[in-house]
Amino acid sequence: MSSWAPAGRRAPFLLEIIIGACLIAAPFVLPYLGAAPNTVNRILVWGLFGIGFDILFGYTGLLSFGQSALYGTGGMVAAYLLTRAGFPHVITALVIGMVASAVVGYLVGLVALRRTGIYFAMITVAIAEVFYFVEFNPLSEWTGGENGLPGVPAPKIDLGFTVLNFSSGWKLYPFLAFCFFVGIVLAMRIVRSPVGVIFRAIRENPLRAAAVGHNIHGYKLTAFVIAAAYAGIAGGLLGVMQGFMPPDAFMFDTSGQLVMQTVIGGRGTLIGPVVGAAVWLFLEDILQGALKLGAAWKLVLGLVFVLLVCFLPHGIVGGIRGLIASSRRKRALAAPAAPAAPRPHANPPIPMRGRRRAADHAEGPILQAAGLTKRYGGVVANCDIDFAVTRGEIRGIIGPNGAGKSTFFKMLTCEVPPTSGRITFEGRDITGKGVTDVCQLGLTKSYQVNQLFNKLTVRENVTIAALGYLRGKFRLDLFGSMSSVAGLDDQVEHTLELVGLGGRREVPVAELAYGEKRRLEIALALASSPSLLLLDEPLAGMSPSERTETVKLLKSIAVGRTMIVIDHDMDAIFELAARITVLQEGRVLVEGTPEEIRNDARVQEAYLGGMDGELAA
Amino acid sequence: MINWTNFVSQLINGLALGALLALISSGLTIIYGTLGVLNLAHGAMFMLGGYAGYMAYTATNSFIVAVAAGALALMVFGLVLERVVIRYFYSRPHEDQLLVTFGLSIVIVEAVRFFFGSETRNVPAPEALNGVVSLGFMIYPKYRLALVGIVAAALLALFIVLYRTRLGMIVRAGIEDPVMVDSLGINVYRVFMVVFGIGAMAAGFAGIANAPVVSLTPEVGEAILVQTFVVVVIGGVGSFPGAVLGGLIAGEIISITSMINPGYAYVMLFAAMTLVLMLRPHGLLGTPGRE
Repeated sequence: MSSWAPAGRRAPFLLEIIIGACLIAAPFVLPYLGAAPNTVNRILVWGLFGIGFDILFGYTGLLSFGQSALYGTGGMVAAYLLTRAGFPHVITALVIGMVASAVVGYLVGLVALRRTGIYFAMITVAIAEVFYFVEFNPLSEWTGGENGLPGVPAPKIDLGFTVLNFSSGWKLYPFLAFCFFVGIVLAMRIVRSPVGVIFRAIRENPLRAAAVGHNIHGYKLTAFVIAAAYAGIAGGLLGVMQGFMPPDAFMFDTSGQLVMQTVIGGRGTLIGPVVGAAVWLFLEDILQGALKLGAAWKLVLGLVFVLLVCFLPHGIVGGIRGLIASSRRKRALAAPAAPAAPRPHANPPIPMRGRRRAADHAEGPILQAAGLTKRYGGVVANCDIDFAVTRGEIRGIIGPNGAGKSTFFKMLTCEVPPTSGRITFEGRDITGKGVTDVCQLGLTKSYQVNQLFNKLTVRENVTIAALGYLRGKFRLDLFGSMSSVAGLDDQVEHTLELVGLGGRREVPVAELAYGEKRRLEIALALASSPSLLLLDEPLAGMSPSERTETVKLLKSIAVGRTMIVIDHDMDAIFELAARITVLQEGRVLVEGTPEEIRNDARVQEAYLGGMDGELAA
Repeated sequence: MINWTNFVSQLINGLALGALLALISSGLTIIYGTLGVLNLAHGAMFMLGGYAGYMAYTATNSFIVAVAAGALALMVFGLVLERVVIRYFYSRPHEDQLLVTFGLSIVIVEAVRFFFGSETRNVPAPEALNGVVSLGFMIYPKYRLALVGIVAAALLALFIVLYRTRLGMIVRAGIEDPVMVDSLGINVYRVFMVVFGIGAMAAGFAGIANAPVVSLTPEVGEAILVQTFVVVVIGGVGSFPGAVLGGLIAGEIISITSMINPGYAYVMLFAAMTLVLMLRPHGLLGTPGRE
């Protein structure tokens, strides 16, 4: 799996140097392997197109079948400028095409990203089809319709003493190779930047990425625009390479081929698409030329693709990476095992405090809910709940199953809007805000069912949450490094120590024990330094010893912040909370100190069924 | 160009196309609703149904046999495909399901191209439905009018299966909550297989029923697939009534826009889809929260 390495573990720019060396060596080596220069050039254009698509699909998890629209747009704009408009400068035209494509990508993204998953895929297909028809009919005056735009000039660079003329074949190669190199180096910076980390968070668990304070719609749109820009420049280069901008760049087949090449090469690797393009185009040449399969070449490639999706979903590059990782692991297992048990901390580290409270509201309740009601159709989950929590308090919420506890929490964190009622947090009305905004204000929740980033490591999980706190909900530090986020390492390390996962930081979530996952769940909420932390059944499913540990943990993190805890473990709640609210059938049954609750007849009745008086007695 | 007769004939064209789209989309939407898999090979199955029918037609010269063969062959194809490939993708991410069905669509299209070539194939309408019919103020091709009836009958059959049989009840329950259906002791996998078969059959039936109107080529399913997506987005994923309503809306939009300027048919279709996405993101008859 792709991961961002901690600073200093990898030689700087090693990958960049390897790729650069390969690009320089290619024209000296490949001709001996029987590669035609045009094939190599096409591979580079497809590879560049694929880098952007990989950021969108491989990293952010958004599978678009409509990239042809952006490829065609960039290509047509550049080609139009260079042919019909008589614009003289090739490189500037390419850049204008790229910008045009990015702008179109932004607009398309606004529509397509209204939905996710399969809807997104279907909408992108439909949009691309619209572009295809618009290009052929209403805009054919500009695009040449089905004839395309012939006569696209090759780039020239005037150095004063000599003119570099990148005409075609191996002469054009250096120009394309340079574009590809710049493209992949920039993409590598993007995926290692905080934005790249958030892209992966969105791929793994968009719900949690939003809940730890990231504006995921903004970031998805960013990924879409990046992919559009890459598509645009690649489309422009297609015209330059062929001396002709073909209208079939807009065809659905183009999008399909891009998807297949990316998957064959390996998604989420950046170099996967160019590897996939090489496999695709070489196989096409071989199957059609040497094996004389004629039109059947595409059938063979289709079968190869289906088999790869079935048995090697991470493609060629992903497969090789998997082999390297497993051989490394074998070697590590052969070496004497270092004790890596999670250490229960004898001296818990100094707990980090919640955000500085707003001075004006230093007094009074930190959270107040008035008349909170939630109806789902005819079912009333919560009815007219009045609720207030004082700053610094630990509040327990108990109630039988179906009492509406989780719905109540979902309304407080603004995951679901209340049907009626108001919620005030630190004196601010937060009713109707989103979960992201509320997290940014300092109110967050740990979930009843773990919401983790499952394919990432413990450290990466906590980093994602800490980034939400340290960077705000949206920032475009696309080319910034992780180390440029001030205080990130401290926040991550501190959180890990606090929940006792310091020794497990490089372990993928999938390999954690259940109790550890529960603690990581709490760590994700903690890493955003909430001043009010909501915990939805933090002890659920834990063994007795894990419960004792976790109660200790909860006590230690309560210092300097306010907490509300839902749980069914009465002993734990009675031990933790100063006050307890009992919910029953969506209403507040009673509220009071543990002692009062323990002795309350209504509570006993609620838990023992109430219908049968003798049983309660 | 726009006159009364022309308009009515385009309305009927729209109805025929709409009914066809409704049938194909219902197949797509019940498969998605029950199995959770968006079948990108659905357009290819539509095309394959046409070719299966074409083979039966060349062997027997009977249109009725051709239609039955197109539908049955695709039913069997769907059952086998579910058992051999799709079943292993239920536990994989949505993206992988999209990728594998997309790959299958390529394989199907290219295999047909390999065996039949790229030239067009024709299945003529049966004798009785050849020629034109006079509607008093205008004349209209008989078969196209009959197509509305044929497809409507198929939709009705699908409706009866879905809403009036035990299997249909299980399928609709499965759309709501497959886990619950499973825990009630019903073999969900067998239901899934049957649903995939029925969905494929709907596509195959539509493919051969449409063959007398539009000649067969290996690419004939691609445009249909895109239109089907728009139908499903407009109507709401997983909703049979939504697919029918969306199909009729899409059919009329395409037909009526084509009368004015064919180049804008897709633009209008897309505009309608965008409008629905803005005002009712889960589709006209869809349920919120189903992605």
